[in-house]
Amino acid sequence: MAADKNAGGAEGAAGGKVFDPMHQFEIERIIPINIFGYDASFTNSSLWMVIAAVSITLFLVLAMRDRALVPGRFQSMAEMAYEFVAKMVRDNSGREAMPYFPFIFTLFMFVLFLNMFGMIPGAFTVTSHIIVTFALAAVVIIGVTVIGFARNGIGFLKLFVPSGIPMPLVPLLFVIELFTYLTRPVSLSVRLFANMMAGHTMLKVFASFVVGLGFLGGWAPLAFMVAFTGLELLIAFLQAFVFAVLTCIYLNDALHMHH
Amino acid sequence: MEPAAAKFIGAGLACFALVGAGLAIGNIFSSFLGGALRNPSAAPGQFPNLLLGFALAEATGLFGLIVALIILFVF
Repeated sequence: MAADKNAGGAEGAAGGKVFDPMHQFEIERIIPINIFGYDASFTNSSLWMVIAAVSITLFLVLAMRDRALVPGRFQSMAEMAYEFVAKMVRDNSGREAMPYFPFIFTLFMFVLFLNMFGMIPGAFTVTSHIIVTFALAAVVIIGVTVIGFARNGIGFLKLFVPSGIPMPLVPLLFVIELFTYLTRPVSLSVRLFANMMAGHTMLKVFASFVVGLGFLGGWAPLAFMVAFTGLELLIAFLQAFVFAVLTCIYLNDALHMHH
Repeated sequence: MEPAAAKFIGAGLACFALVGAGLAIGNIFSSFLGGALRNPSAAPGQFPNLLLGFALAEATGLFGLIVALIILFVF
């Protein structure tokens, strides 16, 4: 076993040439910026976030410019996205949650566009970095907790005590429920990050099989790649959807408090 | 045993999380198909829940992958 070169990824998998499926996740500085000793460079990650934000804005503003009664193609797409998220918020957190609709719509569109841009060959997948998804999840959980305390006061703590349990069990269950609540940002962020990273790594590994097996043997992994790219597009949409739905469910807990 | 070998074995064992994820995804889709064939008119309304359940179950398996990656690259 190659004990001395273990942690270097899948080195030398493609016949002598260094092949690293993790290379696509590397962050490169485009414009180095240093503020008081902190590295605040404009990286390829920042670049793709800016591209996503600008494309969403352009898409929605240009699509809705005509405000036609009978929508055209782009207006239909914008209205469909709006209706989709609005229905999701209404179904999962009720009408009282509609003031928070802009936030959830922004979150959904941002994650969706980042995931979809990641599917372009050569593009950088911003959501495949845990720090990005964790920052998004932390904003969601902190915001929901603040809303919960603002609306219910100290009664929000009742969320951690399921109704109809005997008194001696309350402290134990309170700790368990509190722990469950605190793992929410972790599971929310790791779900998105792991799905994107695992999918893109798997695409790269199978792409190396196509090259490695050559002209005769490479067709089988190539066919698999085509099918898998389709699945990845589905997952890119699905994870944005799941992220937004779970935000709605957490918001519902804070607004309605039924346990 | 060499520490490096133990590391690889541990990373491989962490992938057993996929057993549960595979069972769960199969269970979700079989339940959905079973229900949808009994009452096809109600099936489209439950499609988002199907996708949600699929994504949640799949993510559980990926947590195992994260454990494997932590074992491989952090220690």
